[in-house]
Amino acid sequence: MQIVVDLNRCEGYAQCVFLAPKVFELHGEEALLYAPAPPAEQAERVRRAAAACPVQAILVGEQAGADAGTGAGADVR
Amino acid sequence: MSGEFKSGRIVIVGASLAGLRAAETLRDEGFTGELTLVGDEPHPPYDRPPLSKQVLLGRVPAADVGLPARRQVDARWKLGVRASGLDPAAKEVLLANGERLPFDRLLITTGTRARPWPHPEEARLDGVLTVRTVDDASRLAERLDAGPRRVLVIGAGFTGSEIASACRERGLAVTVAERGPAPLVGALGGTLGSFAARLQRAHGVDLRCGVTVTSLLGSNGRLTGAELSDGSRIDVEVAVVALGAVRNTEWLDGSGLAAGPRGVACDAGCRAFNMYGIVTDDVFVAGDVARFPHPLFDYQMLALEHWGNAVEQAEVAAHNMVNPGPLRRPHLAVPAFWSSQFGLNIKSVGVPTFSDQVTIAQGSVEEGRLVVAYGYRGRITAAVSVNRAKWLEHYQRLIETAAPFPPEPGAADRPTAPRVMASDVPDPKVLSHGPTVALTGHLPDRRLAVLRPMA
Ligand code: SF4
Repeated sequence: MQIVVDLNRCEGYAQCVFLAPKVFELHGEEALLYAPAPPAEQAERVRRAAAACPVQAILVGEQAGADAGTGAGADVR
Repeated sequence: MSGEFKSGRIVIVGASLAGLRAAETLRDEGFTGELTLVGDEPHPPYDRPPLSKQVLLGRVPAADVGLPARRQVDARWKLGVRASGLDPAAKEVLLANGERLPFDRLLITTGTRARPWPHPEEARLDGVLTVRTVDDASRLAERLDAGPRRVLVIGAGFTGSEIASACRERGLAVTVAERGPAPLVGALGGTLGSFAARLQRAHGVDLRCGVTVTSLLGSNGRLTGAELSDGSRIDVEVAVVALGAVRNTEWLDGSGLAAGPRGVACDAGCRAFNMYGIVTDDVFVAGDVARFPHPLFDYQMLALEHWGNAVEQAEVAAHNMVNPGPLRRPHLAVPAFWSSQFGLNIKSVGVPTFSDQVTIAQGSVEEGRLVVAYGYRGRITAAVSVNRAKWLEHYQRLIETAAPFPPEPGAADRPTAPRVMASDVPDPKVLSHGPTVALTGHLPDRRLAVLRPMA
């Protein structure tokens, strides 16, 4: 699972911090820090946090391009 | 006919945030043709903002910063291979491994790279690093884990300041050398620049402004120190070069496109211009590498190194790549970015460098919570909040409607007599860090447009 928070939108309401404190954390008064690849056991809490965010700033999904392969010129579909 | 727009071959050069979001939008909009993404890094797309924050603080491993997919893109990924040229007549992208990728439409999202230390021998010293890629951040985090006695950060723009903040939070001694008069001054002007200088010093940063690093010193291939233009010398084991970004446009040399060190010029619909200023209809640009005219800012060509711009411009470019003329959209989003450093949340809307005056519209420097509004010729063009993100939306609306500057009193804690000061945005040439927003060139026509938010 990967997450990204659109911090232009985030207004530091901290709902996510209450719902998944191991993943989201306020750094100072309103700067949000988060773990971009939370462990599987946090998945449910992360989904709840994303749903609760009043500005819908949290995007949850599988890692983009995980099927892309790596290495020089790797050509994977 | 919309059929021809929804099929064919699309190549996206640049497999980072903008490239990824464009690919997803193409599929969302019904593109069923062949899609290829080319990226010079061997990694799938990842998110850069955490690199200078969570990753340097040691809270998140660099390998974790992948991006979530919005949907499947059913694309061919060519990662770890650089595009080396573009043949616009044959409509082919040339790759460094000799391969040629034919396309019907091309999207350029090659972004930027860290500006290297100008002396190559010194740059090779063990301990001299930059932070742009996931590999850079991972190397620097490792160095910081080892507990160096002192870190030197060269350049006090946003990246340099965030790096210095991470070092202090880890309890490491850090010297910041900035050629300009203050940190962040190139992006935010004098008022917030002097605020940032006080902030850094209060957090124990050895901040030296108005100086340059004249040489990095080494012994047996390892960095041992640095000499500054004021004659001083410091002992350091790690130096981070944070001198801003260089746009990745060299591969377009000879392509006939309007591409150069300032980026690839395009229209508000993300279509690239050729070197004669004629718009192309099959080459599109988005993200950090694009320069585009924005009606809110006198149609000046903006080049924005912002996360939000990469996403929004990629969406517009992708939409326009698969839709005919009348359905095409302009990229009119109001620029916005954020930074967190020294425990503060700094957010910006509009273009602070597009200003002649500022005023502290809410809060105060003393409380460490404030909104600074920026004006240009009597209208509001930007606002920056420090630990006051919730207020920013109000200013965004004022910017979008070209409201007068200084702004009307809005909130209760506004200082009684708003003091309007010069915005003090210095000439970018005197800074060691490039400004986050580059204002480059303008159309002769100086009409002011009132931008309405898109429905
Ligand atoms: S709930 Fe949303 S707005 Fe609030 S801190 Fe989390 S991401 Fe930000």
